[in-house]
Amino acid sequence: MLSRVAEALFWMSRYIERAESVARFIDVNINLVLDLAQESAAQWEPLVNTTGDHLAFKEQYGTASRENVIRFLAFDRENPNSIVSCLCAARENARCIREAISSDMWEQLNTLYLQVNQQVQPPMALGELEGFFAEIKRGAHMFRGVTDATMSRNEGWHFYRMGQMLERADKTARILDVKYFMLLPSVTDIGSPVDDIQWSAVLRSCSGLQMYRKCWRRILPERIVEFLALDREFPRAMHYCVIKADESLHAISGTPVGTFHNPAEQRLGQLRAELSYANVQDIMLEGLHEFLDSFESKLNRVGEGIFKTFFALRPVGETV
Amino acid sequence: MQLYSYRTDSFYDEMFLADGRPRPGVELLFKRLTALEDGELERRQAAAERTLLQMGITFNVYGEGAGTEKIWPFDLIPRVVPAAEWDRIERGLRQRVHALNLFIDDIYHEQRILKDKVVPEELVLSARSFRPQCVGLNPPRGVWCHITGTDLVRNSDGQLHVLEDNLRCPSGVSYVLENRQVMKRTFPQVFEATRVRPVTEYSSQLLAMLEHLAPEHVANPRVVVLTPGIHNSAYFEHSFLAQQMGVELVEGRDLVVNEGYVYLRTTKGFERVDVIYRRIDDDFLDPAAFREDSQLGVPGLMEAYRHGRVALANAPGTGIADDKVIYAYVPRIIRYYLGEDSILSNVPTYVCGEEQDRRYVLEHLSELVVKAANESGGYGMLVGPHSTAEQQREFAERIRANPRNYIAQPTLALSRVPVIVGDQIEGRHVDLRPFILYGRDIFVLPGGLTRVALRKGSLVVNSSQGGGSKDTWVLAEDPLEAAEPESNATAFLERQVTC
Repeated sequence: MLSRVAEALFWMSRYIERAESVARFIDVNINLVLDLAQESAAQWEPLVNTTGDHLAFKEQYGTASRENVIRFLAFDRENPNSIVSCLCAARENARCIREAISSDMWEQLNTLYLQVNQQVQPPMALGELEGFFAEIKRGAHMFRGVTDATMSRNEGWHFYRMGQMLERADKTARILDVKYFMLLPSVTDIGSPVDDIQWSAVLRSCSGLQMYRKCWRRILPERIVEFLALDREFPRAMHYCVIKADESLHAISGTPVGTFHNPAEQRLGQLRAELSYANVQDIMLEGLHEFLDSFESKLNRVGEGIFKTFFALRPVGETV
Repeated sequence: MQLYSYRTDSFYDEMFLADGRPRPGVELLFKRLTALEDGELERRQAAAERTLLQMGITFNVYGEGAGTEKIWPFDLIPRVVPAAEWDRIERGLRQRVHALNLFIDDIYHEQRILKDKVVPEELVLSARSFRPQCVGLNPPRGVWCHITGTDLVRNSDGQLHVLEDNLRCPSGVSYVLENRQVMKRTFPQVFEATRVRPVTEYSSQLLAMLEHLAPEHVANPRVVVLTPGIHNSAYFEHSFLAQQMGVELVEGRDLVVNEGYVYLRTTKGFERVDVIYRRIDDDFLDPAAFREDSQLGVPGLMEAYRHGRVALANAPGTGIADDKVIYAYVPRIIRYYLGEDSILSNVPTYVCGEEQDRRYVLEHLSELVVKAANESGGYGMLVGPHSTAEQQREFAERIRANPRNYIAQPTLALSRVPVIVGDQIEGRHVDLRPFILYGRDIFVLPGGLTRVALRKGSLVVNSSQGGGSKDTWVLAEDPLEAAEPESNATAFLERQVTC
């Protein structure tokens, strides 16, 4: 398939996943804050950190508040990672490859884009916001569903799934990192009701509370880390995402899983092996933040490898 | 229902006779429309517009903030073409395309028609659309103009005339197909009992034609559609056609010429391309052969084409036959190559390069429509009766400075159709662009793009200039009583359009 088309599929998928992730964790945070005694900047600032855009935010908005964080993460067109920007980018990618995706996929994405884009005034009041985020989540889920039902499991689909899985792994790692960092200092809170609420929120940000409960029932930080980082079955766990991305990568290249022929396969394979043989005690001992940080930079290197291997093809002698 | 109060005024109306009765063949449609509940038509119209938006059937407007997308206004009341009339149109188009293809081939080879002085030599050789790079070229199967979209208009005399031949990259066929889809989705009941010829076969005909062009030894030719990219005004159509044919849509940067062959850059390396349906103008096709500054094209493409290693549709150089000045000579071209009278007539045309004509044009600018030879899309045009004295002065200067580049035609009283305007139905002027494919033989799609000038009184139907479109119904058969074609175009219709 065309390199350009593969790249557009990959990014279309990433951007939709990103929009949905952002919608979900803002929504969870709104909900969380309602359970706390008072609202403060400390509850909103970490959200910006999760996206990695805190510098841009500081510059433009200064101190974090519920209103400006939501504005920045959901509606700010200047912020390339806001929900609105992500949907624009996803749709623009889809528009470039309409002939490569099913028309049902295109129409679903286009409808979602139009719904969001036609809002003249972004909803800011509590009560309206929930509806907005629910719409984004539902729209993204419908897009996934339509894709599942209408797209052949061909090479293009594997690029699509790879984009989705890499984005997801990255977001789960970030959510875990930020929340853990935020929760860690309050040692006195451990075991308190607040702590329970906060850790449940981490799980809900990854839609994982129910599935976690089925595994462990009690809210225990270490178990949560294990569940979100190392579980092989939960679809937003980092390990699960890496496995699926790796499977797609090998389906594309035809190289047997466990071997490699290009940098993308090598790096992703190493990452997969690392997670397969990790245990949570070692991770905590080494430091969760260090573990997650290194995971994210390895994931970035996988992305670079994919770009070089599949998207940036040049004939011999042609310079970039 | 408002259709009863509709006035044809003094224009030829595509749906109604001068006395207000529906034309033969349209009665059934008329009955269905008038049987609708109050407000139903408007509701369906709104639903159709919503559908278009959701389907993302949009075009890009230039010069209005890059990449602005608009839906192309669509009017729900179909335009009906009787079977007998279509039969004549189809024969006329076949004849015209056949002759124009012979003309192009002659121009790039022996130039017999120039030597015989049927078309002035300097007119052809001085045309911007004449490509010296194409002299001596032998396109696969001897066909140059594979896809043509001829513009037809009906004048007050009730006759259809050819207004323009578009033989380069005519666009609009995607709207023909999508309009029918939208009609069937939002207004299925009007199709009942009316036998409308389907248009869906276009994409398979197009693919068959393109595959036919592939080098003979290639068993499973790879066809691609080449687009200038997402910001082009016809991008939707490029991607639509690629999707309908199940072939790849590519941009110049996706292709590369290596050792004389054209390849695609794929995730698995380079793959050979055999046929390119290019939707890029000659100028931008290959920076090594045409404009050096083209960012859209593929260096070396022409060389590969010249060696028969890849086929291009349409062939480069076809623009010479849709030059607006050459247009004036098409009836003579048909006679010269085929020895026949043209079935479809031209609109009377003044060639500013000829002194007598030029004098007449300069004296009658306020009555005429003046067109630049190498412009399309309604740009570079003066509609005399709607122009200011200032605009006329400006055009007079342009004509004097470069007479070769201009033609003029009388302002036609284009026929009208009923169009939904708010909660009213009003008459608006239309044209018709049928599409013709030339491969193994010539195929004329039974239908075409009906473009409507939505601004009241306007004669400009282009999408970029406030035009809309309608579904075009070619009837499979005419009702028996409709024996006589319309010949009762009354004398009082012979007026210029005013507003």
